[in-house]
Parts: sequence; C-alpha cells; structure tokens
Amino acid sequence: MPKVKPHRTSPSLDMTPMVDLAFLLVTFFMLTTQFRPDEAVVVDTPSSTSDIVLPDSDIMTLTVDKDKRVFWGYDKAPIKAAALQAVAAKRGLSFTPAQIKQFSLLPQFGLPIESLGSYLNMDAEARKAPGIKKQLTGVPYDSLNNQLIDFVVEARKANATQFQKPTYIAIKGDAGADVSTVQKVIKILQERDINRFNLITDLEINTGVGSEKK
Amino acid sequence: MAEIQQKGGDSGKGGKKRAKKASTKIDMTPMVDLAFLLLTFFMLTTTFAKPNVMQLTMPVKEKNPIPDEQTKIKASQAVTIILGADDKVYYYFGLNNPKDPSVPKPQVQVTDYSQNGIRKVLLARQQQQPEPIVLIKPYEYEGKEARYKNMVDILDEMNITNQKKYALVDINKDDIDLIIASGL
Repeated sequence: MPKVKPHRTSPSLDMTPMVDLAFLLVTFFMLTTQFRPDEAVVVDTPSSTSDIVLPDSDIMTLTVDKDKRVFWGYDKAPIKAAALQAVAAKRGLSFTPAQIKQFSLLPQFGLPIESLGSYLNMDAEARKAPGIKKQLTGVPYDSLNNQLIDFVVEARKANATQFQKPTYIAIKGDAGADVSTVQKVIKILQERDINRFNLITDLEINTGVGSEKK
Repeated sequence: MAEIQQKGGDSGKGGKKRAKKASTKIDMTPMVDLAFLLLTFFMLTTTFAKPNVMQLTMPVKEKNPIPDEQTKIKASQAVTIILGADDKVYYYFGLNNPKDPSVPKPQVQVTDYSQNGIRKVLLARQQQQPEPIVLIKPYEYEGKEARYKNMVDILDEMNITNQKKYALVDINKDDIDLIIASGL
C-alpha cells in the first residue's frame, strides 16, 4: 500500500505587496515629515473653534509664557541672521559669523542681546539643559530697553527686501499667561502700525450647540 | 524566518547530473524589518497638524486722536464684558460713569465661559434692538488678572455668536471699583 503523504504547504508566503506598501508609506512619511524644532520654551496653547490655519511661511512667532517671558522666532534662517546683525549694529554690538550661524538655527530665543553671545557659544546640547532653559529671561520689551520691537521691525524689513513678502505675526501664548503681557506685546506692535495678529490656538473639536466647553 | 529554504532535490537518486538552480527567492525579512522600523519612526515623529490661528485685527492707533471725531458708544448698545480672575466673567449693559449722575449705575452680573454662560447672555442680547457693541475688558488689579486663555475664549465666543462689533479695551478704575463694590 502506498503511504499517504500529508500534503505539505510551503511556509513561505509572498511578501512583495506588503513590502511595496511599506516602502510606499516610508517614502511618503520621509518626504512629508517636518521635524519638530526643539523649542526653547514649551507653551500650552489655549483652544478655540477657529479653523483658520497658519500660512506656510514668513511667520514671526512671539511666544509668551507663564512667567511673562517673550521669545522671538522666525521661520527663515537668513531673516534671523539679518535681524540679529541689524539689531546688534544698532546697539554697537557685533557677532562672529559662527554665532550668527548658530542664531539662525535657533527656532526661537529669549535673552537680552547683551547676553546672547555667550549663549550662542554654547553647543546645542548644552543649551538644552533645563538649568540653562530656566535662565532665559525673555527678550526685553519694556519701554526703556525695547529689543523685541527692534527684532520685529528689522525682521520685517529684511523679509521685505530679501523676499518681497509680508510677514505674518503669530502670537503663541500659554493658556496660563497673563492677558496684560499679551496686551503689552500687542500694544508695542501697534505703535509700529502692526495691527494684524494671529493667535495660535489648538482646534477645539466640538463646536456645535450641545457641546460642553470646558 | 518567513522563508524556509527547501532542500534541493539533487542529493538523492544516483548519478544524474543536473544543472544547479540557484533559488530566485531572497530572504526579504531583514529588509521588511527595516522598512517597518522606518515607517514606525516617521509615523511617530511626523507632525501633520499645522497650528490653528485666530485672527485678531486691532484698530489702527491714532497718534493724535481728536476727541470730537471719536465715535461715542451709545449706552443702549453697550455691553461690557470684564474678564475676571479665576475664570469669572462679569458683564453689564449700558455704560458705567459714576461721575455723571444722569447715567444709572449698571447692574453687574457674573457668569462663566461655558455655553450656558456668556454665550447665552450674548445670544439673548442679540435678539433685542439696537444691536449690541461688546467691550471686552480684561481685569487687572492688585495682582489678580485674567489669563490669556480667557481672552482667547471670549474672542472665540464672539466668533461663535457671530458678534461682529466688539473691541478689546483696557479696564479703567471705574470698572474695577464697580466689580469690587458688587462683591461678586
């Protein structure tokens, strides 16, 4: 009698379509990804029902945190470099090309310009230390020593001359920040005829009637 | 792992010579591992959501304001909302001017940012004529003040209730006195 052989199915399966899909997704994510910049300060933005999105580029971000500190940032590196040079020249300070390069890589900064030099000399890892982050005092914006408005004005000017584009001002305030600080920043900008602001908020999902707003 | 090399059949029967066939299948497992590792990494690090913004347009500041040309707000239209500390919202209708005896002292009421709070008040007021003009004043007195979240919330309420005429103004001493006197 012939032996009955069990029918053996091959344990190998064709993985090609799966691999195709996996690589397709990898490519997609690699191309679309934008790394989250390492921010000097973390703010928790309040939520709103507004669904307008921020424009893609030419954004100046003024971050206001809980401790009344204001951080200045711009999304284009050459503008940051130009603004720093202009503000420094106005105050009789100068920065080395290496420092300017470092500055243009920062997503935002919050220091008086006088102490910016030593901060820029630190290497990028050292700046991330929580002790250093706590020492950031914010860009001075009081009327006697208003460096914030200088940065704003110079960056706008640089963007207008280099790229012929208007600058959008985005105010990124922490939910727990004081209204008075935000209002002060707005007032400073209003004095220079900047009257349009974008307040960065999180999207609140439920907007309709019957939804509970916290 | 996934691919088990089948034993070649040429070891068995006798001296028949066969051309060695190299398998066309290669083990793709490490590649797939890597692909999925990368996929997971990019999926987790990617940030799709661009931030939402609320547009705020402030009036152009007049350098030398001429008092006569400034628009006076009518008492019948005015609704003042004061953003208090601890997430309180004070509001009153009409104007507050204790120096002028012809202006009646407004009745301050307190509410909150929920949908049954200030939103209901505004919607009810909008049903009446003349149309309201909302004055938003963040409270600031003796270290007690509103948070930025409150400001965003109230601007959001203006959007939700479709209130077109509103202004963000500074609080004055009269309003602070009114709030303190009301004891709310």
